[in-house]
Amino acid sequence: MKKIVLDDMMLTKALPTTAGSRMLEGYMSLFDAEVVERLTAAGYEMAGKAQVGEFAIDLVGETAYTGTLTENGKLTAASAKALENDTVKGVISLDVNGAPRRIAAQNGLVFVKPTYGTVSRYGTVPVACSGETVGVLARNIADCREVLSAMAGHDDKDGTMHADALCKKAADGCEKPVKKVAVIKMEADADITAELEAAKAEMVANGIEITEIEADVLSAAKTAWNILMCAELCNNVSRYDGIKFGYRTQNYTTIDELYTNSRTESFGALLKTAILFGSDVLSTKNYMAKYDKALRIRRVLAEAFGKLFADFDAVLMPACSKPAYTETDVKENPYIAFEENRYTAPASITGLPAVVAGGVQLVGPAFSEGALLDLAALLVKEGK
Amino acid sequence: MKFETVIGLEVHVELATKSKIFCSCSAKFGAEQNDHVCPACCGMPGMLPIVNKNVVNLGMTAGMMLNCHINRTTTFDKKSYYYPDLPCSYQTTQWFAPVAVNGLVDIETSKGKKSIRIKQIHMEEDAGKLVHDDWTNTSLVDFNRTSVPLIEIVSQPDLSSAEEVVAYLERLRSLLRFAKVSDCRMEQGSMRCDVNLSVRPEGSDQLGVRTEMKNMNSLSAIVRAIEYETARHIDAIENGTEELVQETRRWDDVKGKSFAMRNKETAGDYRYFPDPNIMPVVIDDTWYDGIKNSLPEFPEVKKARYMSEFGLGEYDADILTGSRALCDCFEGAVAECGNAKEAANWLISDCMNLLNKNQQTADQLTVNGTSLGKLIKLVTDGTIGRGNAKKILIAMFEKDLDPAKYAEENGLILSNDTGLIDKVIKEAIAADPKAVADFKGGKEKALMALFGKCMKQLKGNCDPQVLRTMLIDEINKA
Repeated sequence: MKKIVLDDMMLTKALPTTAGSRMLEGYMSLFDAEVVERLTAAGYEMAGKAQVGEFAIDLVGETAYTGTLTENGKLTAASAKALENDTVKGVISLDVNGAPRRIAAQNGLVFVKPTYGTVSRYGTVPVACSGETVGVLARNIADCREVLSAMAGHDDKDGTMHADALCKKAADGCEKPVKKVAVIKMEADADITAELEAAKAEMVANGIEITEIEADVLSAAKTAWNILMCAELCNNVSRYDGIKFGYRTQNYTTIDELYTNSRTESFGALLKTAILFGSDVLSTKNYMAKYDKALRIRRVLAEAFGKLFADFDAVLMPACSKPAYTETDVKENPYIAFEENRYTAPASITGLPAVVAGGVQLVGPAFSEGALLDLAALLVKEGK
Repeated sequence: MKFETVIGLEVHVELATKSKIFCSCSAKFGAEQNDHVCPACCGMPGMLPIVNKNVVNLGMTAGMMLNCHINRTTTFDKKSYYYPDLPCSYQTTQWFAPVAVNGLVDIETSKGKKSIRIKQIHMEEDAGKLVHDDWTNTSLVDFNRTSVPLIEIVSQPDLSSAEEVVAYLERLRSLLRFAKVSDCRMEQGSMRCDVNLSVRPEGSDQLGVRTEMKNMNSLSAIVRAIEYETARHIDAIENGTEELVQETRRWDDVKGKSFAMRNKETAGDYRYFPDPNIMPVVIDDTWYDGIKNSLPEFPEVKKARYMSEFGLGEYDADILTGSRALCDCFEGAVAECGNAKEAANWLISDCMNLLNKNQQTADQLTVNGTSLGKLIKLVTDGTIGRGNAKKILIAMFEKDLDPAKYAEENGLILSNDTGLIDKVIKEAIAADPKAVADFKGGKEKALMALFGKCMKQLKGNCDPQVLRTMLIDEINKA
């Protein structure tokens, strides 16, 4: 039996789904996520769940209410630990703010974030619906491809999906192999830079044309994504009000106290910051200057990528600034996840496919994940 | 100083769809609490909204009936606020690109005709209902109504009296019922109204301080609330009895007063933004034309046509065009029997009587027009008597049936058996020689007694004219 682990953003009837938040401690869904149904139908066994950071917006899962996982002082991720077990084929992860991509880059794993709208989001805990995507974390390219292929496809229950043929093409096909790669210049530490250099060398050795480019426009992606993500998040988590399900405070006499105390007592600091930030950018006062502008930046970025992909088949860029984070990093800058996402936000905000392998990130035009996986195969030694 | 009242209305109308706006739960009124719910309309995480196409159809229909421009690309947006009857703590509505804008509705009052401008019509989901249990001092939530589709019709502040407001609401109700957009039943909450009101010196072009009264659900309450609120505003301006503030007020119809709601209930920023889970709805020409071609005639156009084409009197035409159900039945009957006057009579007297007896409104008429036409034909060609036809009509109220077949099966066909009629008459005359003598002596009433006995004997299956003629002949012979 081929085993699959689900990150705790995937709703399941059999196990509680918490989204890493005390608010949803013990929450039992009445239905399974579409991806769970598809994978089960394809013969995979749902072996268990991996904890995630609260609503999956942090670095690598360190804000889970159940506690921060560390190893030798470094932050580690439950999904990466799950893949230490050879019988687990892959971990299904919701890529909201790049966490699974950082986890892949820092743990020698492969993650594919498919094109937005090719894998159903039905039954995933909603956070930033306009950009979050269900992807596969695995030990190697072949496993990634196999699992993605089993779960991609049109679903009538998700109104943002592409036609079935496009979804399938994205997962399976590789019509146009990558021949030209643009390398986006971005700051990163020596280890990450070394990995990028190794990736470039491998590509050149395989006859792929490499061009270093400046793409200042992409630097706007981080702020714009933080605005869109937090705005949608604040709206999506507003349903957790202590009334219907989830955590309810013992400490209230009025309805306002019931709301405020339930949320104050069960939400973590990073989530609260995101909620406040999201409420602010949607306020009447700031809507045009912040939220609406972020929507415009999303379009500018899509156009910028469009131009880039007229000349290149894919771009190569880091997925994170360093090979591991420590608890000190987070203590010194509690909002580090909203900084580190400068590498992941461009693909999140545009919905473009991204593949992380060999410690680096490849981003391609829509529906090119097949080609990106082929390219990524050059960067990792298969058969591990 | 003379004052004038400036009123704008926001009218919520529940759409006559079978299912809810974003899920397949039933939208029917009156089920057991929390019977019509699923994870989607309870706000559970992981469910995604899929727009019910029929909601858009009815939104467009309403827009066209109210002479609006239809936005060919219409979008859904989220409106955030906390209340226990709102499961997601946001309502999906239309803020940036509502389905219809810039309409016009004509009304008529004692002061004459007037056009009321419509600012916009938007589609949205309804909220649930809180049930307060005083016994245990708790509140319970009923989600049956959550996500039942609504349209909100927002007028410009063009109304200036309670009379105009009533005329406007009745006009909306008539048009929307005619187009089968909604049953618009205020007592069931399928039509509700927020009244925005301010007062200013007559002729001024400045608007006064505006107050809003929410969720008014009866015309008489609306009239009383407008009169009360107008007087309160004038009193405040003229006599300085209180300082007017822009606020939401609650109308207490029992006390006959409006009360300021706590500021906390009304303050707040709704933080509207486009719903990323619902793609913009693009209305192409085929879709647009399909709805346009399905619109009914306006009631007044129909009325004029009934008078000119079918020769109906104004009174009859008025009653028929008061309800789409009557019109549909009437037109079906005329198409079948070609006799508009008879069809109108059957509907206005017999059908209306039966509806009244069943405590139903004209809109609830279910009689099939074609079947009614067949029934009328059977009467006019002498196959069945009028009395028996009424019995058949009662059966047609229960379920649609073929009148000829029903008459045959139940022995309601007029008898042409003159031998039988002759026999019955002879028996009757023999049994009551006094009546015969009285009639011969000039007492007309005596004939009616004999006639009634014969008809009873014949179980009504006899043409009254034939019976009368044969009866008189027989008496004269005797």
